[in-house]
Amino acid sequence: MTFQTPASLQEAARQEWARIQTLPQPLKPRDRLAIPPQEMPAQDPLARAKNMREVALGYFEEQMRVEASRCLQCKNAPCVAGCPVRIDIPRFIAALAAGDPATAIAVIKETSLLPAVCGRVCPQETQCQAPCTVGKSLKSVDKAVAIGRLERYAADWERLQGQAAAPEVAPETGKKVAVVGSGPAGITVAADVRRAGHAVVLFEAFHKAGGVLVYGIPEFRLPKEIVRAELDTLRRMGVELRTNFVVGRTRKVTDLIEKDGFDAVFIGSGAGLPKFMNIPGENLVGVYSANEYLTRSNLMRAYDREHAVTPIHAAQRVAVLGGGNVAMDAARTALRLGASEVHLIYRRTEAEMPARVEEVAHAKEEGVQFHILQNAKRILGENGKVTGIECLRYELGEPDASGRRRPVEIPGSEFQLPMDAVIVAIGNESNPLIEQTTPGLAVDKNGHIVTDENGRTSLPRVFAGGDIVLGAATVILAMGEGRKAAAAINELLRA
Amino acid sequence: MNQILFKEQLAPNVYRLRVHAPLIAEERQPGQFVILQLDTEFGERIPLTIADANLAEGSITLIFQAVGKSTKLLAQMQTGEKIANLVGPLGRPTHIAKFGTVVCVGGGIGVAPLYPIAQAMRRAGNRLVVVMGARSRELVILEPEMRALTDDVVVCTDDGSYGRRGLVTEPLRELCAQTPKPDLAVAIGPPLMMKFCAETTRPFGVPTVVSLNTIMIDGTGMCGGCRVTVGGRTKFVCVDGPEFDGHQVDFDQMIQRLGSYREQERLASAGCNLHDEAVRKGLQE
Repeated sequence: MTFQTPASLQEAARQEWARIQTLPQPLKPRDRLAIPPQEMPAQDPLARAKNMREVALGYFEEQMRVEASRCLQCKNAPCVAGCPVRIDIPRFIAALAAGDPATAIAVIKETSLLPAVCGRVCPQETQCQAPCTVGKSLKSVDKAVAIGRLERYAADWERLQGQAAAPEVAPETGKKVAVVGSGPAGITVAADVRRAGHAVVLFEAFHKAGGVLVYGIPEFRLPKEIVRAELDTLRRMGVELRTNFVVGRTRKVTDLIEKDGFDAVFIGSGAGLPKFMNIPGENLVGVYSANEYLTRSNLMRAYDREHAVTPIHAAQRVAVLGGGNVAMDAARTALRLGASEVHLIYRRTEAEMPARVEEVAHAKEEGVQFHILQNAKRILGENGKVTGIECLRYELGEPDASGRRRPVEIPGSEFQLPMDAVIVAIGNESNPLIEQTTPGLAVDKNGHIVTDENGRTSLPRVFAGGDIVLGAATVILAMGEGRKAAAAINELLRA
Repeated sequence: MNQILFKEQLAPNVYRLRVHAPLIAEERQPGQFVILQLDTEFGERIPLTIADANLAEGSITLIFQAVGKSTKLLAQMQTGEKIANLVGPLGRPTHIAKFGTVVCVGGGIGVAPLYPIAQAMRRAGNRLVVVMGARSRELVILEPEMRALTDDVVVCTDDGSYGRRGLVTEPLRELCAQTPKPDLAVAIGPPLMMKFCAETTRPFGVPTVVSLNTIMIDGTGMCGGCRVTVGGRTKFVCVDGPEFDGHQVDFDQMIQRLGSYREQERLASAGCNLHDEAVRKGLQE
């Protein structure tokens, strides 16, 4: 992918839109398939690697019209089946193609609560865009209709109009629901349950609400202003937000029901303890979990060295271990914090990386150096501080249980790289805090809360969803889970 | 919530606050801590052990030493002011049971988190011996409170200005050498003091619990910044601790990790002084 300036993308779209209008209307499928896919305008890679502002700038209006015109309006709408919250995608895209973003956002909001967030961070290429007929016809998922970018356009358009209308709330029922965790799952449940007229208290352990949207995903990928706007909408709906409240410690789940009068509890406490590699040197000074590194930079604002009290190492040479979206976020954050070299070390190949293609491309454009088929064997240190990393080379062997070819180490292939910080981004284990303090709550062998398909746990009136149930997943999957649990809670409280 | 109800200075740079936090007061148990932050946008989150609680008042007691940027700011706050963010109680509570004879050893500010543990150990029917140490007389805190729990209180000062001259490890060694030896030692204080207490009790086989105060952000297991090596395995102080078997803790590594940001902290604290110096120089020139 070569970088194209926003101005050139806008000019090309302007010309294309003019061309489209000369075609006989309505457009034939053949004409639609001939329209070039619209690239997302972005900040210049070299400039953006030194600032925290959002990388992807959003479509120009001309680009939106052109991209929306690519949609074939399939009757069977395979895209909708690919969306965890079943947005009526063809209908909102038709509205955009007609130049009516107000209708488009209204359609999206019938089913999705956080379009400005999902339009930015959803893995559309494996969800709605994967089965897109346009992509299939052009034999590349990269050429599918850019549903996510169009969703973002509609959501941003609404936000720029001023305060978005808060969803309507049914008359008060007198019932009360506790929602534990203010990330994507919790936000969804809070909104859906509140809409049914139940009082909702949303509990957050940190001093700021938003969960992973605030502590995990960096500003340059999801501006915190957007998260704040979504939380404000919840407040205007009458949801009470209680920060600095660790359910399980400040109050136990069972006490919320038995002592505090909540009629139901939803647990959406999110990802848990960071995994480490269990290699020598992991507790040296300068070794971070990605959770810690990102939380220091995002939530605690360590990137703002002038104002923030929370420190972060000003490392020059940084190794990031892992190949997921969190690894990309950590690597790109390290660049923005002033690292001169960032090395991403992953033991399989790029094809197996769990990160989104777009995130990988962005990281490369910004100068992150990829080391594939390599893995850290030990972290080297002097006087307790990181000085380097010893890696092993791998080759791909037979497919493993996940269907991916298993990386096999090449004996004797050790080599060392000097480093002054190492960030471990290989996922999370479930957080034991709620399980430990909630007798009778069933969890599986990995510590994830066991639920039925509607989010019901082994305890009456207690529901769960998001990463605490799924393990590490995505924002939209957590929202989908939350949506089902909210429906089950509303059903329970109707009785 | 979070108002400072009462503030007093216990020793040079050591302060006691009672803070309105009814939920934490109700739930807290000995050994647990809170995390506080003085500025929601840019403040740091610092863990402080809960020294006491008053259910009637709905308050918790925090005792801290003004050493870093945030604790210095906290020391400047007045009665009636509110702490922006206060969360807890965090960490696993102390295992309280009837062990027999329990020696509670506190060093400096570590006497504060030791107090509720000593209190609970006494209530559980243990014979309680308290050894408390400080650099000098003016830094001895909570002596009357400890004496109200037990007649067996030994105070040591490094400079001999009060009580016994010397380190807490000396009376601890004498206690361990007695027959019967203590059934449990609980040592809380600076990392080096805890390390040497553990080394003192080790040859006598007296089980020794230490309470670690490492760098942490969330305090709920999410960041892993607080990790320590205990018995060769990585543990998180916030969810696995803060108390561990002192004979198993890798104190040297913990001390190194505590110093992770020493340079940044020095600069942050020195900021004001440098500025003052610059101003003075400016005036002279």
